[in-house]
Amino acid sequence: MANVLTLLGFGPEGWGGAILWGVVVTVSLALATLPLGLFIGFFVAVAKQSREPSLRMAGNIYTTIFRGLPELLTLFLVFYGAQIGIQTVLRLFDPEAVVEINSFIAGMIALGAVFSAYASETFLSAFRAIPRGQYEGGYAIGLTSGQTMRLVVLPQLIRIALPGLGNLWMALLKDTALVSVVGLADILRQTGVAARVTKHAFLFFGAAALLYLVLAMLSSLVIKAIEDRARRGEAR
Amino acid sequence: MSTTAIERTVERPPAPPRGWPRERIIGVALMGLWIAFGLGLVFYLVLAWNPELVDRYAGNYLRGLGVTLSLVTISVIAGAVLSIPVAYGRMSKNPILSAVAYGYVYFFRGTPLLAQTYLVYYGLGSFRPELQAVGLWWFFREAWYCAIFAFALNTAAYQAEILRGAIESIPRGQWEGAEALGLSKLQTLRKIVLPQALIVALRPYGNEIILMIKGSAIVAIITVYDLMGETRRAYSRSFDFQTYIWAALLYLAIVEALRHAIEWIERRLTRHLTHLHH
Repeated sequence: MANVLTLLGFGPEGWGGAILWGVVVTVSLALATLPLGLFIGFFVAVAKQSREPSLRMAGNIYTTIFRGLPELLTLFLVFYGAQIGIQTVLRLFDPEAVVEINSFIAGMIALGAVFSAYASETFLSAFRAIPRGQYEGGYAIGLTSGQTMRLVVLPQLIRIALPGLGNLWMALLKDTALVSVVGLADILRQTGVAARVTKHAFLFFGAAALLYLVLAMLSSLVIKAIEDRARRGEAR
Repeated sequence: MSTTAIERTVERPPAPPRGWPRERIIGVALMGLWIAFGLGLVFYLVLAWNPELVDRYAGNYLRGLGVTLSLVTISVIAGAVLSIPVAYGRMSKNPILSAVAYGYVYFFRGTPLLAQTYLVYYGLGSFRPELQAVGLWWFFREAWYCAIFAFALNTAAYQAEILRGAIESIPRGQWEGAEALGLSKLQTLRKIVLPQALIVALRPYGNEIILMIKGSAIVAIITVYDLMGETRRAYSRSFDFQTYIWAALLYLAIVEALRHAIEWIERRLTRHLTHLHH
């Protein structure tokens, strides 16, 4: 038991510091991906509920691709694809150029694409839950379509989409573990290093799993608080 | 005069657009981008076509595809069997049973599949002497068995929730009616509740299979040569990026085929419910 505490602790023999840094990296990656995914996802949903068939089709192709590819493959496509692409361009000027893509950025782009594809579906079903009368009411009091979207539809849309987006956040948090494969020092990578060095694999991977559980629990508390706040205007 | 101007703009919602409104310009531009991307991809694959590469790796890819499909099939079936007691526990009124089932589901849905796979494959190696003593080491030594084990436990948690949700979606009146007819609990479940519940569960089950196909790509990391594993091997030997493109096309093809198959089955099975679909 003392041994376990030393290994997980913050002393010179302990891996606590490294693992804590992994938690920081995991959370920052998820937090950095979230706005990117929400932003793209929202506009893809707007495209998919448009009256214009070409716009709908463009949105549907995006969703089909990024919901159909395994997340790990998307990550590799971004990581190696960007590396090779940028390197090819740079070699036109400098034949010796070697490019290393930052795994955090690659993870952000890949997970953002996956998140936005799923988020667009959540936003789309929220759009469908808002009656036409809301738009018509907006036009009737003289708002432009942009104003109607921003002032009338969006506040309701967010409230309806929140539970779905909460689930997507949980999935995003777990998907960040994949980025450890391309070298990001997140929870899973740090515990993996500790496991290899100390040979206490079960201890460290167990600790990793528990840390993800703690993050999930904290997230559900925060999501609950946001949902309550979003609903504060509703009659009870 | 100004009032009539306002009336004219507000008395009805904007008319359906004609000609080239902004939406259409954006839509056509985006479709143009997608078409350019598609043509670029075809052009790249034609340009990069390398008979030697195809000769060497096409067989491996097909074998990898077979490994992926059998891995998913075995784990989904094992998970389905395992999900029955878990769903039973989740719905049980016994507080201990329901807490255990809840803990199981929470753990496997709250942690990454990759962490679970590591925990089984590398973690259980810590207990090698104990596993050898009970004669299970041959199982947990193999990455393939470990992957099936981890995946089955993982999908069982998700499937238990699907099953529970579907059974609980059936109104109480169905149970009460069957009881009034003198059917036992098990008969009611088998003949009345499950046939209705499984229709509700069909789409979530289909989604779970698709998620498993995509999620199974991580076994490549623990040295199982599934489609992803073969792709990584081909890339690390040839340094040719098209290896990843081919894998992407294969995965997209399987997932899309499966998605359409599920939609078709759902349409077939709900023919008698068409009045519900407006």
